[in-house]
Formats: sequence, C-alpha cells, structure tokens
Amino acid sequence: MDKPRTRYFNEMHADDGSVRDIYSRYSHWLAGLAEGSLERKSQEAELLFRRLGITFAVYGEAAGAERLIPFDIVPRIFGAAEWQRLELGLKQRVRALNAFLHDIYHDQDIIKAGVVNARQVLDNALYRPEMQGIDLPNQVYAQIAGIDLVRVAENDFYVLEDNLRTPSGVSYMLENRNTMMRLFPELFASHNVAPVEHYPQMLLATLREAAPPSVSDPTIVVMTPGAYNSAYFEHAFLASQMGVELVEGQDLFVHQQKVYMHTTEGPQQVHVIYRRVDDDFLDPRVFRPDSMLGVPGLVETYCAGNVALTNGIGTGVADDKSTYLYVPDMIRFYLGEAPLLSNVPTWHLNQPDDLAYVLAHLPELVVKEVQGSGGYGMLVGPTSCKAEIEAYRQRIVAEPANFIAQPTLALSTCPTMVESGIAPRHVDLRPFVLSGKSIRLVPGGLTRVALREGSLVVNSSQGGGTKDTWVLED
Amino acid sequence: MLARTAENLFWMTRHIERAENIARILDVAHRSALVPLDIEGSEAYLWYAPLNITGCADGYEIKYGLARGLDVSRYLAIDPDNPSSIYNCLRLARENARAVRGAITSEMWEVINATWLELNRRADTLDDEQFRDFFDWVKERSHMFRGVTLGTIQKDIALSFIKLGTFLERADNTARILDVKYHILLPSVNDVGGAADYYQWGALLKSVSAFEAYRKIYRSVISPLRVAELLILRDDMPRSLHACMNEVETALIDINGTSGREARRRVGELHAALHFGLIDDVFSYGLHEYLTDFLSHIDTLGCEIASAYLSRSDGFPLEPSSRTSGVQ
Repeated sequence: MDKPRTRYFNEMHADDGSVRDIYSRYSHWLAGLAEGSLERKSQEAELLFRRLGITFAVYGEAAGAERLIPFDIVPRIFGAAEWQRLELGLKQRVRALNAFLHDIYHDQDIIKAGVVNARQVLDNALYRPEMQGIDLPNQVYAQIAGIDLVRVAENDFYVLEDNLRTPSGVSYMLENRNTMMRLFPELFASHNVAPVEHYPQMLLATLREAAPPSVSDPTIVVMTPGAYNSAYFEHAFLASQMGVELVEGQDLFVHQQKVYMHTTEGPQQVHVIYRRVDDDFLDPRVFRPDSMLGVPGLVETYCAGNVALTNGIGTGVADDKSTYLYVPDMIRFYLGEAPLLSNVPTWHLNQPDDLAYVLAHLPELVVKEVQGSGGYGMLVGPTSCKAEIEAYRQRIVAEPANFIAQPTLALSTCPTMVESGIAPRHVDLRPFVLSGKSIRLVPGGLTRVALREGSLVVNSSQGGGTKDTWVLED
Repeated sequence: MLARTAENLFWMTRHIERAENIARILDVAHRSALVPLDIEGSEAYLWYAPLNITGCADGYEIKYGLARGLDVSRYLAIDPDNPSSIYNCLRLARENARAVRGAITSEMWEVINATWLELNRRADTLDDEQFRDFFDWVKERSHMFRGVTLGTIQKDIALSFIKLGTFLERADNTARILDVKYHILLPSVNDVGGAADYYQWGALLKSVSAFEAYRKIYRSVISPLRVAELLILRDDMPRSLHACMNEVETALIDINGTSGREARRRVGELHAALHFGLIDDVFSYGLHEYLTDFLSHIDTLGCEIASAYLSRSDGFPLEPSSRTSGVQ
C-alpha cells in the first residue's frame, strides 16, 4: 500500500507517512488480511447491492436504466471530538438558514438591516411570493437539510453547499452501514462505531413535528415523482423504514382545502407530505401547468395550513449558490454568533471586479451555475481542456450573474479500493440535518468519493461512489 | 391501503402466478411430445395447445407460422416481443413490486429481484435441452416467492390483495388448461383407455400437480369425467376452480369495505355453484360451455374488483370512509 505525500490532506496517513491514531486499528486489521480477500469482499458487496436493488437512474440514459452506485468498502473515519465540532457547526448553520427563510417570508429584517440586498432575495427565481406571511410550525422551512462539507486540512472544513430542497443520499448512508456490518462484523466488534440506523425514526419524529398544530396524530406520506426518478429507491426505502405510504401525485387529491389519498377504503386525509418532488412540479395550478406529477390545489391547501410539505415551498432561495455567500452573515445576524463552519471563498460574477479576475483565471477555478445541482453544468478548470474552458467562457460572458466561481479546493483523500489496489481518492461528506422542535442528526453522514484518479467531482451522476462513514465513540 | 398499492400488489402476484402457469403448460407439452401421437401433423397439433391456452396463437403465427416445439417454447418462455412470455411476466412482476417496495417485505422484494436478474442470465444462454430445467426453475421461484410471502408478510389487507391476484389468475389458468385439453384429447366423454390417452391426461394432471392426488383419490384408470371433477369441483385440490374461489371469497370478505359489495356477491354466487355443483350436470351442459361461462364470470369479477378497490376516480364519494370521518 502506498503512503503518499501530497499537497492533499490524507485522512488515514499523516504527512510523514505514519497512520493517524483514528485509523490505527483499522490499518492494523488491513495489514493482517490475506491476499485478495478485500477484492472478494468488494465483489460480495456489489452482489449484495444488486440483489437488494439499490440502484439509481442516470438522466440521459435509456428510460428505466438502473445503475449501481459504486460502493467502496474502506470506511471513512472521524473521531468523536472532531465530529462534535462539526455537529455544532452544522446545527448552527441550519438554524440560521431556517431563521433566514422565516425572515424573508415575513418581515425581511435582514434586508432592512442592509445585510442582504432586496434584489438578491426578491428577484431570485426560487423566491416564492406565495409564501409571504405563511406561518410554519416551529418556523422551520427546511426540515431536512444536506450540508456538503469538504476537508482541506486537519482542522479545516469548508461548507461546499447547502441543500435545502430535496437532498438525497441518506438511504446510501444506511445501506452502506448495513453492508459493512454484514461483510466485516469483526471490524464492528473492535471499533466503537456510533450507530446511524435510527435515522428513519428521527426523520419520522421530525415529520410529525411539522404537522399542522391542530392534528394530534398526523397521517404522513412520502411523495415521489415515480419509479423512474433517479432517487426512487431512496423514496421507497424511507417510506418503508418509517412505515408510511409512498404516494405519487396521482394518488392524492384536494377536496375543500384538504388533501386526501385514494385508498382501498376510500379517501383518507393526509397531514404531512415528505415530498421528493421539486416546487415546480407540486401543483399545476400554481407552478408548471404541464406537470403531471403534482396535485391540483395542493399549494392553496398548504398555504391554508391544512397540510404540511417538507421541505417547505420556496426553500431554494436559501440554498441558491449566490445566497450561499451570505450564510456567515446570517449566522451573525440571527444568532449573534461567530460561524463555526467556513464558507469557501467565492467570486460572485455579477461583480465586475470578480468577473474580470475569474475570466483571467478560469483554468485554476471551479465555476458553477447559481441554481445548478448534482454536479451538472459545472466547470472544473484544472481538469478541463482548452476547448471546454472556452465554451464555458462564452456562457459566462453571456450571463455572468448566473455563475459563481471558487478556487479549486484541495479536497482531502481517503484510501479507496481501486483496480490497482488501495489508493487515495478525493472525498466529501454530506451530513443530514433534521429540524423540528429541535435539531437532530445522526453521527457522520454520506461520504462520497471521486473514483477516478485525480478527480474532484464526487457526484454519483458523474461517476462518484460512496463509503460508510464512521464516527468512533470514545 | 393506497389504491395504487393494492393494484400493484394484485398485478405483481398475478404475473408471478401466470409465469408459473406458463411454465407448467410448457412442461406438460414437453412431456406430451415424448409420447407419439398417431395423427397427421401431430407436432403442430400438440404445440398449438400451449399457444391457445395462453392466448398467444396470433402473435406466434405472425412471427413463426406453424407451431413447432422449440419455437413455441422460446416464444412463450423468453421472447421479449411476446407480451405474455414468462420473461415479460417476471419483468412486470418486478416492476409492480418495485412500485410498492414499501408495502412488501424486503425478503419478497429480494426474491423477485434476484429472479429477474437470474432470468436475464439464463435467457441469454438457454439452449434447447435446458428448457425442462428452466421450467422447474420458474416453478421453484414461484414456490419460493409464495413461501417467503407467507413466511414474512403481516396478515393484513396487503396479503388479501396478493391472494386475490394469485387465485384469480390460477382459476383462469386451470379453466383454460382443462378446456383446451378437452378439445384436443377427447372425442367422447366415455372414451377411456388407449395408452396415448393415459399419457395425455396424465400429463395434464401433472401440469397442475394433481397426478398423485388423482391416484390416491380414485385408485382407478384416468377418465376425463374424474379429471374434470378433480379440477373443477373438489375443494381440497389447491389448483381446482372450487379451491381458488374459496380463497378469492375469503380475501374479499377480509378486505371488506362498502365499495366491494358487488364483487362479494359475485364471488359468493360462483363459489356456491362450485360448492353444490355435480359433475354430471357440468357434462350434460357441456364442459366447454361450462368453462367458457366460468372464464367470463371471473373476468367480470376481476373488473368488479378493479373498480371497487383499485381505481382512482377523481370524484369525492358521498359517503366518507370510516377512517376519514373521525378526523376534523
């Protein structure tokens, strides 16, 4: 096994090649393995995933084509103390984001105080005027948040982006753990790994707390766009783990400002919809009229307070990559605290100085669409060819305000099984933060890994894989 | 339960049961083909039976023309172009299961999913000698699914819809097998005897796993009248029409609900006719006519079940269900 000295922070090895304390037991176990046994386990894992049907669909491939998300059997490990610091930072950040959403859909104090300018919010395509003045239980808009973190040094983490709309991946976190426990029971006997299996129960509790206050025993459903959606497995998985119905838009209807589902015993009222459908497709009367996925009248019912949608409508205005810039300011403004997690330095291309700098340094930078997600439509300067950079330059010049740029981050690496053996690959981390009466999260989250050597793009749609994430309890 | 979930469960098991039945039908054809039939063009004669039972004759003729053993086997077993092939039944079973993964147990899903993956592997390499193995495999997977279902699922309304799908499909299939075989095999009701007949009726009984039971019950030569009695009227034969209607009626009573009244009435009527029926009356009415009537009755019953439980009409019914009326 190689012991690299690179400019990248290696999660397992210190710069002098020695194994970090947190990985020492694992490394010892690894050294004692027979030749080829890890490869066999890796194949076993793939079979298991295929048999369980843990698949996702890739847009642009044949309809219904199912692919496995590659699973890497080397875990990514955190110590209790470093996780505790992250957890505090995550809770703080999500609390501020929800406070921001409540504020901009009510009194807009942050705009009045001049911290965020009005155009940033009100001209944003993801700002929903329908939500103005609507009160939500516990003032929570984003009940489920996925915050993407990257590490660049021992104690240096950055938030890459906040996902406040329909963040996915938590089913992989759970299935990865399940698979690891099946393949390597001896590792769990020798490591005190904090459990994550109670996530669905925490989610259920959070969804119950989102119900309209007048309902004491809410009926909860998970709403999916359907079996051909890329994250359908996850929708079905979460519904079954929580023991609630998995519905499509066609299963729901609105009658006298209440939402019902068609059941074999007739209509049954629904109080909380954990929707994995984008705002645009929720209600053809309010948003896209051509949407077949939604439920006519749903938004009106939601605004009347008779049904809860999680996440709320209009959360996109807070996870937009241009709003991202202001999150540290939000933390100071709403909580009066210093941010515990840092933002990545970001150039905002509607500022002429920033634009000029970015256009002159494209080969070194990462450029993203302000409203993009899933790693689609971004430019990674250092790994792009001249033609790609020039094509992207044209797009930026045409509409600079649609883009932001960031330095290419030195994402940490974690040992990963690849064809040639175990080698370092870049990783990030998506913890899932649940907000109801209180803020909850399970230790760790989903570690995504860029499987191609040198690649910094970890998205599954772009050839990324996942790992089990361990937080070791003391 | 969500109406769409009930619909998916119903069709999931119907398709699995249908796959098993096609395997049974083809298996019996393969057995029969081993016994010489002393008539002109006997191969085509023999191999039209599975096509007729499954309603695939037209599609087959367009693609292949005359019925030949290997072509019929391929067409019914693994041809993706044939909407009723075992291949497509198992594909649809999986698609329905996938749509209700939350309503079935993970073990059930794993059986269906693993079956589909293995089917694709087998279909690519299936050669002519392996068909019998293949049919055994399909039956085994169906048995396994049924076993896993009963061994893991909660006894609630989901199981009732699963049973509805299974037993409606099975009744349909038993009636069809009996009808087609009757025509092929039988010049007259009392014509008993030749070795070929023995093998043909024996094969039919084997195809519905009733050969051993026949010997145990009748201890006598195989006669069409007794075969028909066994497969229509006896309620202790798991694939007889009577046994299937027992199960359908129980499932409908368990599901209950105000909207299913007509379905319950119809199955009650069918069940009573089987319970009190006499085989001599069936034959004096005409076996073919009797079976044609039966098939049309269960078709109507299927439609009734669909409109009572599985549909999602937009209108709000005047009577709210008991579950919703309690909530303000």
